[in-house]
Amino acid sequence: MIKIAKYVLLDILRNRFVILYTFFLFLVTLSMFSLEGNSDKAILSLLNIILMVVPLVSIIFTTIHFFNSYEFIELLLSQPINRKAIFLSEFSAVSIALCLAYVIGVGVPVTLFSQGMDTVYLIISGMLLTLVFVALAFCASVLTRDKAKGIGVSLLFWFYFTLIYDGFVLYVIYAFNDYPLDKVTLALVSLNPVDLARIIILLKLDISALMGYTGAFYKQFFGSSMGIIYSFVFLLIWAALPLSISLRKFLKKDI
Amino acid sequence: MRLFFILYLTFLAMSSMATTWTVSPSGEIKTIKKAIQLADKGDTILVTKGHYKEGNIIVAKEVVLIGIDYPVIDGEYKYEVFTITADNVTVRSFSIINVGISSLNDWAAIGGENAKNLYIANNKIERAFFGIHLANCKSSLVENNTLTAAAVAENTTGNGIHMWKSDKITVRNNTVDGHRDGIYFEFVTNSLIENNTSKNNLRYGLHFMFSHDDEYNENLFMNNGAGIAVMYSRGVTMRRNRFEENWGASVFGLLLKEISESMIEDNLFLRNTVAIYMEACSRSNFRGNEFRENGWGIKLQASCDDNVFEKNNFIANSFDMGTNGSMTLNTIDSNYWDKYGGYDLNSDGVGDVPFHPVSLYSMIVEKMPTSVMLWRSFLVFLLDRAEKVIPVVTPENLKDEAPVMKSYDISI
Repeated sequence: MIKIAKYVLLDILRNRFVILYTFFLFLVTLSMFSLEGNSDKAILSLLNIILMVVPLVSIIFTTIHFFNSYEFIELLLSQPINRKAIFLSEFSAVSIALCLAYVIGVGVPVTLFSQGMDTVYLIISGMLLTLVFVALAFCASVLTRDKAKGIGVSLLFWFYFTLIYDGFVLYVIYAFNDYPLDKVTLALVSLNPVDLARIIILLKLDISALMGYTGAFYKQFFGSSMGIIYSFVFLLIWAALPLSISLRKFLKKDI
Repeated sequence: MRLFFILYLTFLAMSSMATTWTVSPSGEIKTIKKAIQLADKGDTILVTKGHYKEGNIIVAKEVVLIGIDYPVIDGEYKYEVFTITADNVTVRSFSIINVGISSLNDWAAIGGENAKNLYIANNKIERAFFGIHLANCKSSLVENNTLTAAAVAENTTGNGIHMWKSDKITVRNNTVDGHRDGIYFEFVTNSLIENNTSKNNLRYGLHFMFSHDDEYNENLFMNNGAGIAVMYSRGVTMRRNRFEENWGASVFGLLLKEISESMIEDNLFLRNTVAIYMEACSRSNFRGNEFRENGWGIKLQASCDDNVFEKNNFIANSFDMGTNGSMTLNTIDSNYWDKYGGYDLNSDGVGDVPFHPVSLYSMIVEKMPTSVMLWRSFLVFLLDRAEKVIPVVTPENLKDEAPVMKSYDISI
């Protein structure tokens, strides 16, 4: 399994796209910090990019990669190799490549400029988001037959988590405004990895005071060590769930 | 000339009539109480260095009390220290410590009642319940005092400088640190509050009610528990004050409630959660202020009317303005907004398209506080953009018709 993963990883790195992605992240991070004097503000601006770009690139790249290496997978399947091993090595290779790109592109420059807990959270949650969207991409790819459809479903996932879901949340808040909604929204946040990552980082920056009562409530929850564990575990579940679904599907799929 | 000479002589005679008494731990007169007892109207009592524990010292005569080398007057956490009930009393250069804490009485380091022409200066007051407490006083001057307390709970500490039903008071160059309210006024009129520093207080840095026609100049209010709250007054003037670092949930740089016909000019609001929160304020002017790095610049409730905001700078605030209604009865004109994205074709320094300082999302948050959880999400970004292009929900009339392109040079 490690052998296959290593081979796939090398293949991805030869592809240059990941290097370009790393370079892009690096450039954006550097420019954010040189534009904004205040490191808190820079992290805030960076947050917007991370919440949009990282999921999008992760999910699209993974989908395209999966369909491009379809023939290679077919070839491997003709060999006496466990299907599970092939699938997991594909997954781990892609995740490692993208996580590495993220750590080098964002993590390294950010730690150069600011060394606080917020930086640690930014890096960890960005990596977890990468994992989540790679897993979702595998899900989309396994569930569909051809590349166009696969990319379509991936894009739909991305739209859903960055935009549609928030719209739905806003509607819920609007409709049930007369009721105490703090606990409900807390549950709703947990059901979207992008929201979860965003709120963890926002609360680490010293701006939760702006968020009024809700902010104080969230801070109490996410500020405790239980809350931190809760949120990271939830992000991991968000990666594990689509992965196990796609794995199950892949094991039975007629390729 | 002769008349002047005679006057001078009379003055000399009068002043020589006034005796000077010296209190010292080793001298003839050992207590301040004794000295006051011996003194006549207009006498001066000098208190030399020492540690005096005399309980409550009642000053019911017109005397001048001067400390030499800051004699320590100890209230032993049991008494009010000085209680002034006569006019023309001076209390100068004392170090007053450990004032008693009471739930029934407002015990102070220096208390004044029904007096006028008091002069309270250069005192160092530490661990006081109330610091300087004037009730029903007139034409008095409080200056250069330093008040330090390490308040833990609101009920075990009083206000630094507390005035009630007074008129024509001047409070200047004082420092209040760690009390409940730094400066507290109730029914105080025609007074001047200048150059004071009020910081780290548990509740408000400045708190006044029903105090008309007062002037607040060049004060610094910093890092107070709940910021500053001023209410039910008219004719208030605030110039060149600094409101800084009042940060936290429901903390306000300056909370204005039912303030009318007032002038807020040339102030600096730096890093407050909400720089100005206004409720039911009318006919007031906000000019030349700088709002920098605040969470909210101005929260303008719909109950405000006829206020004018002009020539202010709004720089690096998360939200420049928030409101909760659709009707706007206030004027916003010629301000500088760093979020302004318009253009200036004829280069006259004034933007050609109006600026709407209230974003859609800030309105949503105002109506549904829970929706703050969507802050900085992509959805909110899109909504704000769409609303900017075609305003539907945000008040159409709440806009700056002539936003300036360059920030005003405000140095405070």
